Amino acid sequence: MRATTWTGKDSVKVVNVPDPRILNARDAIVKISSTAICGSDLHLYHGYIPAMRKGDILGHEFMGEVVEVGPEVDNLAVGDRVVVPFPIACGNCASCQQGRYSVCENSNPNAGIAEKIMGHSPAGIFGYSHLLGGYAGGQAEYARVPFADVGPIKVPDEVPDDQALMLADVFPTAYMGAEMCDITPGDVVAVWGAGPVGLLAAASARLLGAERVIVIDRYPYRLRLAAERAGAETINYEQLDVLDELNRLTAGRGPDACIDAVGLEGHHGNAAMYAYDRVKQAGRVETERPFALREAILACRSGGVVSVIGAYGGVVDKFPMGAFMNRSLIMRTGQCHVQRYTRPLLERIVKGEIDPSFVVSHRMPLKDAAKGYKLFQKKQDDCTKVVLKV
Amino acid sequence: MEKTVPTVLDELEGKGRGTGLPRLLGVVSLALGAGGLLAPRAVARLTGVDDSPHAAGVIPAVAARELGHAAGLIAGRRPGGWAWTRVAGDAADLTLLGRALADRRGERRRRVAVTTAVVAGIAAVDLIAAVRAGRARRARERLILMEVGVTVNRPASEAYRFWRDLENLPRFMAHLESVRADDLRRSHWTARGPAGRLVGWDAEIVEDRPDELIAWRSLPGARVPNAGRVRFVPAPGNRGTEVRVELGYAPPAGRLGRAVAKLFGEEPEQQIRDDLRRFKQVLETGEVVRSDASPQGITLHQQLKQRPAQPLPTR
Repeated sequence: MRATTWTGKDSVKVVNVPDPRILNARDAIVKISSTAICGSDLHLYHGYIPAMRKGDILGHEFMGEVVEVGPEVDNLAVGDRVVVPFPIACGNCASCQQGRYSVCENSNPNAGIAEKIMGHSPAGIFGYSHLLGGYAGGQAEYARVPFADVGPIKVPDEVPDDQALMLADVFPTAYMGAEMCDITPGDVVAVWGAGPVGLLAAASARLLGAERVIVIDRYPYRLRLAAERAGAETINYEQLDVLDELNRLTAGRGPDACIDAVGLEGHHGNAAMYAYDRVKQAGRVETERPFALREAILACRSGGVVSVIGAYGGVVDKFPMGAFMNRSLIMRTGQCHVQRYTRPLLERIVKGEIDPSFVVSHRMPLKDAAKGYKLFQKKQDDCTKVVLKV
Repeated sequence: MEKTVPTVLDELEGKGRGTGLPRLLGVVSLALGAGGLLAPRAVARLTGVDDSPHAAGVIPAVAARELGHAAGLIAGRRPGGWAWTRVAGDAADLTLLGRALADRRGERRRRVAVTTAVVAGIAAVDLIAAVRAGRARRARERLILMEVGVTVNRPASEAYRFWRDLENLPRFMAHLESVRADDLRRSHWTARGPAGRLVGWDAEIVEDRPDELIAWRSLPGARVPNAGRVRFVPAPGNRGTEVRVELGYAPPAGRLGRAVAKLFGEEPEQQIRDDLRRFKQVLETGEVVRSDASPQGITLHQQLKQRPAQPLPTR
């Protein structure tokens, strides 16, 4: 089959690889119809996530048709149209049974390595480095889906691929980010980052009853989407001081909740501030550029929630612990427990409460994956999200 | 929490082995030392040196040295090491006796000769004791002891039942090729050594408390004596079962020992931790979990030497 493989820093290649096979009794093989490039794929692309090997198949957002099921999969049949959550979760361990699927205790065969870096191991993730399992990803013609009796859900015919595909990662991730804010009537929610996750987090915050949503980014086309599709007010951090502007918009209170939808490759309006962390990151003194996180902590009203859904991989520097502690802030975070959200969010899509596919800007064939990565990386042609059609 | 069941790991920890003879020799030293100090004249007569003007000084000095041996051998932490002080003392005594033998005649010469023979005999025993104690100590130093735990989201009874069927062990213990249960107590184990060489041994279950504990040890004749104990403790607040494993291996000296050490790598505990992770996977999910980069499931080797995350070529 054809598959998108990581071939080194800033380089992917679509090549021929063997077709996947059933390895465990609870596996299924899915013939992929649509697969997306995620912002977190760019972290791999840029070489910020350790333990990548040349030849690794990328991709953790995919959907398609079941073409083979293992003997222990009784909920799916050949021919079913399914979307697959990005974390691989067994459904049997204590974490899964408490709904914390992204920290499944059994799905990372390389847990021993992850423990050395993170203390304990999170779940395995499709196409997301050997640290998180060494699973082949879904930017390919076929994928092996472990624990297929737990993860994939069937998608009704009337829901198009572009909408259903958003259930693999970005929509549940965004929704969980908003849910963690414990939104109550009157709340103002600020969202750093207007990528697909930030945009959908803003939309989710509105769905969950936020009074006002403020989105912070530097790309006018993305801020326009936030305003038009998520009903958000916007701040371009290259033009305005974010803390001043948030204080102005909230009459000095600060947002009740702040969502970091940026993660480890942030940018800063001040060139010197950006250079400080960029240089440390290049020298691997720190692994992240946590501008959004620092700013979210300083901006948040005292006693408010900082909800972190942007991806981090290692250690951050200059974490404003004093502000965090003295102002009784709450931080909530996690890779999304997608399996918890797929069904209720599919229901919202079917009911027409939201169409998450508004974040998709580009559709192209799988063979053009390298072009898609470049377009997304450089934010060319007003790119927000690339869907590869197989 | 209690640490180890003495009946299982005693043998591996070397308690009571290689230390018995040195302690006995300590008692002999104590008797000799006390005699020499309390009745130096009688000792001088008995050994045939009562004619020497030096005897009155040398005998109490030798006796005092014997008390030193006794203290080390009986009360010391490493009686094996103290056995060598006796060997050295024996050498000094034999030198003195040799000189005494050279300038004596008649009855006194006979007594000195008997004393020399007795001391030579004791010296031989001392030497054996010292060598044996040294060997036991080095074996203890090679001993690999581990204690690792995992929490499994299943009842203790189920975890116990799975482990008690020893033939299940190779499903999650990477270095085991097979285990054959001969009866409820005895079993034959086969492990994969370096370069694929198979090593086999017999083992017996020495303690078996249903749903609580299983302890086993290799039978005499095993090239790598080993023992283990696993406890199944209900975790608090319905958190499943804490499975706590203690393992001990005593690799022999030489090539086999080095091979065994290599098998377990620099981090023997990591291997056992991976084994227990697989145990948890099998109990909770039904199988060892595989990825494209780790098609055999978790092993330290596979974690370190990953193949790319691509499907395996079809055979």
